[in-house]
Amino acid sequence: MKKALVPLSFAACCLPLLWLCAQFFLGGLGANPVEALLNDLGYTAFVLLALTLACTPLQLVLGWKWPLRIRKLLGDFCFFYACLHLLTYSVLDQGLDLSAIGKDVLKHKFIFLGMATWLLLLPLAVTSTAGWQRRLGYRRWKRLHRLVYLAGGLASFHFLLRFKTPRVETVLWMAAIAVLLLVRVADRVRRRAPGGAGVPPATGGGQRPEHPVVQSS
Amino acid sequence: MRSSEITPKSVYLRRREFLELGVGSALALSLPAFARDKVPHGQKLASVSANPKYALAEEKKNSFEDIASYNNFYELGTDKSDPSENAQKLVTRPWTVSVEGEVGKPRKWDIEEILKSFPVEERVYRLRCVEAWSMVVPWDGFPLADFLKKHDPTSRAKYVAFETVVQPQMPGVKGYAGIPFPYLEGLRIDEAMHPLALLGVGLYGEQLPNQDGAPIRLVVPWKYGFKSAKSIVKIRLQETQPQTTWNQYGGGVEYGFYANVNPDVDHPRWSQAKERRIGELLRRKTLMFNGYPEVASLYAGMDLRKFY
Repeated sequence: MKKALVPLSFAACCLPLLWLCAQFFLGGLGANPVEALLNDLGYTAFVLLALTLACTPLQLVLGWKWPLRIRKLLGDFCFFYACLHLLTYSVLDQGLDLSAIGKDVLKHKFIFLGMATWLLLLPLAVTSTAGWQRRLGYRRWKRLHRLVYLAGGLASFHFLLRFKTPRVETVLWMAAIAVLLLVRVADRVRRRAPGGAGVPPATGGGQRPEHPVVQSS
Repeated sequence: MRSSEITPKSVYLRRREFLELGVGSALALSLPAFARDKVPHGQKLASVSANPKYALAEEKKNSFEDIASYNNFYELGTDKSDPSENAQKLVTRPWTVSVEGEVGKPRKWDIEEILKSFPVEERVYRLRCVEAWSMVVPWDGFPLADFLKKHDPTSRAKYVAFETVVQPQMPGVKGYAGIPFPYLEGLRIDEAMHPLALLGVGLYGEQLPNQDGAPIRLVVPWKYGFKSAKSIVKIRLQETQPQTTWNQYGGGVEYGFYANVNPDVDHPRWSQAKERRIGELLRRKTLMFNGYPEVASLYAGMDLRKFY
């Protein structure tokens, strides 16, 4: 089971894409397939972002180590779906009309937030390898990768603005992301508090350069 | 092949559940149905004559399935597929429409009386949603002006307010849809009297599907779709500009009272310059007044960037 975790997670992360491709070609996406594709790809990326953010808090609160083994995988797939989402928007939705896209990004905070999220995820995806972790030094790498919380915040506002009225579902997702952030903040405060110094830094939340949690495979 | 090798029908009919299980429930719930369910048709309308003036021959009509499966009707749910899935939650008989306010002859109509009193014609209109998609719909209906004139509007009738039905069993009304109900819309009297403004009772020669606003709805083709109130139960003529649902929403962050289709005025969250015609892949340019320039005189001297 331990060995199967990463390949199984990989397969699970591919399923939404296979599903959407099948639906797209079978006509199962309804009257407006481009809109359905755009929304479902964005939603998948968002869910994967939330799952990526959940790995360390799960370890901190429940002591589970296995989520950390798939954190990089989840993060990479999040970026993969975010890229497909952006491609669907720029090619299928906007017909690669760059001036229209530019205006859209600058004039409308809904689109701006989406684009900003993707731009934030880009350096994280590039530096997600063990090689980059080494090159940057774990401490700097870690600091850079805290951007993922900003990405989570921007993405949830992007998601919120998609609907004409706020959806309960979106608000619950935002609350979940806020809780995940709070767990980490609470952990930091606890470790910095007097008397808390003896508590060993948690894996993934700590700053031990010798034991990078992120694995390349 | 032996018949035992064929997937039993009961299992086959549950194929969606199987497929959804494979993807994980959170994602699957948000995905559209695997294949579009057949959309039930309404009863044939008694007599409909096509109005050649509004044949719109240059446009390709959208299919009945598109028109009846991709809807905005928050009382029946906020997703595009909700209204057709929950269509039976709207009860359309018995149905009355009351006309009140600044009229010489107020009246409470039974829907059957309306259908008998006004000759129904077919008009093919473009429909442009505020969400930047569009369709071409062969409506069956009669001019709103003919209907209003029957009630002798007074000189104080400057605006017409429309109210959509609220029935307690409608899922959007029960749950949280983000907007208050009943849904309210309104037109200026000269807009309401314009020959293009229609009271729709059917499409493709059949009674309107519930999700498209049965049994009677407004059709104002030069304005964004949300102006065309569905399932109307009350029409009130009045001197002051009526409150409308989306104009009130969030202090007017969505749209103004007029909501004329205008490619030069953006929605706060997206551009209105282009639209996706349902059934087409790439966007096409949005036309001023949705391609109905004959209404421009209604707005002579008005700054349409201000009165959007």
